[in-house]
Amino acid sequence: MKFLRDLLDKQKPLFQKGGKLEYFYYAFEAGETFLFSPKHTNGIKGAQVKDAIDLKRMMITVVIAMIPCLLFGIYNTGHQHFLATGQTAGLWEDFGPKLLLGLELVLPIVIVAYAAGGLVEAAFAVIRKHPINEGFLVTGMLIPLVVPATLPLWQVALATIFAVIIAKEVFGGTGMNILNVAMTARAFLYFAYPAQISGDQVWTYLGDKAPVDGFSGATALAVAYNAGVEGETVTAALSSHNSEVQQGLFSFWNLFVGWIPGSIGETSTLMALVGAAILIGTGVASWKIIVSGFAGAFLMGLVMNLLAVNEYMSMAPEYHWVVGGLAFGVVFMATDPVSAAQTETGKWIYGLLIGVLTVIIRVTNPAYPEGIMLAVLFMNVFAPLIDHYVVKANKKRRLQRATV
Amino acid sequence: MELFSLAIKSIFIDNMVFAYFLGMCSFLAVSKKVSTALGLGAAVIFVLTVTAPTNWLLNEFVLKEGALTWLGESFATIDLSFLRFIMFIAIIAAMVQLVEMVVEKFAPALYGALGIFLPLIAVNCAILGGSLFMATRDYTLAEAAVYGFGSGVGFFLAIVALAAIREKLKYSNVPNGLKGLGITMLITGLMGIAFMSFMGIDL
Repeated sequence: MKFLRDLLDKQKPLFQKGGKLEYFYYAFEAGETFLFSPKHTNGIKGAQVKDAIDLKRMMITVVIAMIPCLLFGIYNTGHQHFLATGQTAGLWEDFGPKLLLGLELVLPIVIVAYAAGGLVEAAFAVIRKHPINEGFLVTGMLIPLVVPATLPLWQVALATIFAVIIAKEVFGGTGMNILNVAMTARAFLYFAYPAQISGDQVWTYLGDKAPVDGFSGATALAVAYNAGVEGETVTAALSSHNSEVQQGLFSFWNLFVGWIPGSIGETSTLMALVGAAILIGTGVASWKIIVSGFAGAFLMGLVMNLLAVNEYMSMAPEYHWVVGGLAFGVVFMATDPVSAAQTETGKWIYGLLIGVLTVIIRVTNPAYPEGIMLAVLFMNVFAPLIDHYVVKANKKRRLQRATV
Repeated sequence: MELFSLAIKSIFIDNMVFAYFLGMCSFLAVSKKVSTALGLGAAVIFVLTVTAPTNWLLNEFVLKEGALTWLGESFATIDLSFLRFIMFIAIIAAMVQLVEMVVEKFAPALYGALGIFLPLIAVNCAILGGSLFMATRDYTLAEAAVYGFGSGVGFFLAIVALAAIREKLKYSNVPNGLKGLGITMLITGLMGIAFMSFMGIDL
């Protein structure tokens, strides 16, 4: 630590006003404050309370909370490949090769997302003379977790660049964007290159190996939707799906733990909940949004049960929690403190509507098997309006109380 | 039930602003404050709800081919549908005049805030678009009324949401070249992505 501090102090004059590399001050500053919390002090006398947690440390907490999802995703990517090609049946058999394959597929995506986004970020910081935005640490990690492991790397780069510029930098950087940046990147990919991010073929990496007989790469959501169309009970369709590959691949327990095909980091509800525990425990994310998001999905599941036009609608509501990326989206995407509602009452409404919309889109819209992405974006658009009215109601209530 | 699903469809799925990009001028220009956006949105709901069925009647009994049969057999072959645009606009302009007088009388502050954009509702393409869609899609009278109302609500939601976003945007550090309309166009596009969530739902 001391060594690093000394090194930075020695280089600092070079970047400060009048130094040779003055132009790159913000690039230097980003590196410095990333490593050490800055010693900002002000000249006011008297007692002051100041917390060491700043934006960078907050963002790093989110990244730490995502690590369980990432590690799980890496191993699961390898595991799904071995399952689909019929090489092993047991979960922990061939641990080493599975892990290696997972790393080989996932790490490049993470690196490309960080590099592409980091470059844009640094370019904007140097040109517009603002500090490098810490929010990117989170975005660069979220994007790899919400795409399939088979996604071409140039698409990862393109989507990251698009989202960082259009969804964030044009608004002035971290803290000022309207939509969640990672979700914008995914939506961009979804509408621009649907062949690589939807359908049944993209979720499991097969390589040059042939899949086992009777293999289908469909996700649980696609199976559930088709069951609704064909009039089969969803639980029956889920439990009989892919029985050649593994018995009970889509059992409730397995869906919850997440050993299923899907985007890299979103399959495991369990790991998302671990992340949620970290985020709530450190006070970084709002528990209100998480709780109301899950509650909204459950309630809408119940309402769908009452309507029960097809079999998908009569699926038990708790299944909505474990299939697809609802848990991941509610925990990491909806709670983004910038694009979510800011008021406390607003957070309840915002989270609840995300859950409700997700289920509505899943069940009624044939174009999108998964609804959480667009539900989060849609509520991002309406979050400022919710806040506006919550603040207005607050003002009204307090004015009534006021006596002149 | 059918009318209900038509209403949902015109509000969310076939949203005037995000599915057809109609009514852009007032959408972009009058969305700086939530309160004014609210006023304009309400005016658009009213005008659309009134003009769609009125224009339906006009189209059904005057303009359509054979619509004048009620005057006598010799009129059965007359087709006045080439007059559609001008007649629809005339009805719309009359309605807007009415709204303008009402707003000026009862909400002078809103009248001042809306300024030129209140009379300009007359040439708001979302409203003419509503009437024309209604005519080409062969709606019934009740459907036309519901469709007009739904489209108005869709426009209302869009403009109020945009206004709230733009109020929040005051704290943003937008690059100089993009300030004002540029960033608003970008937001409109991003909102369009969000509204894609409903496209494709078959009601």
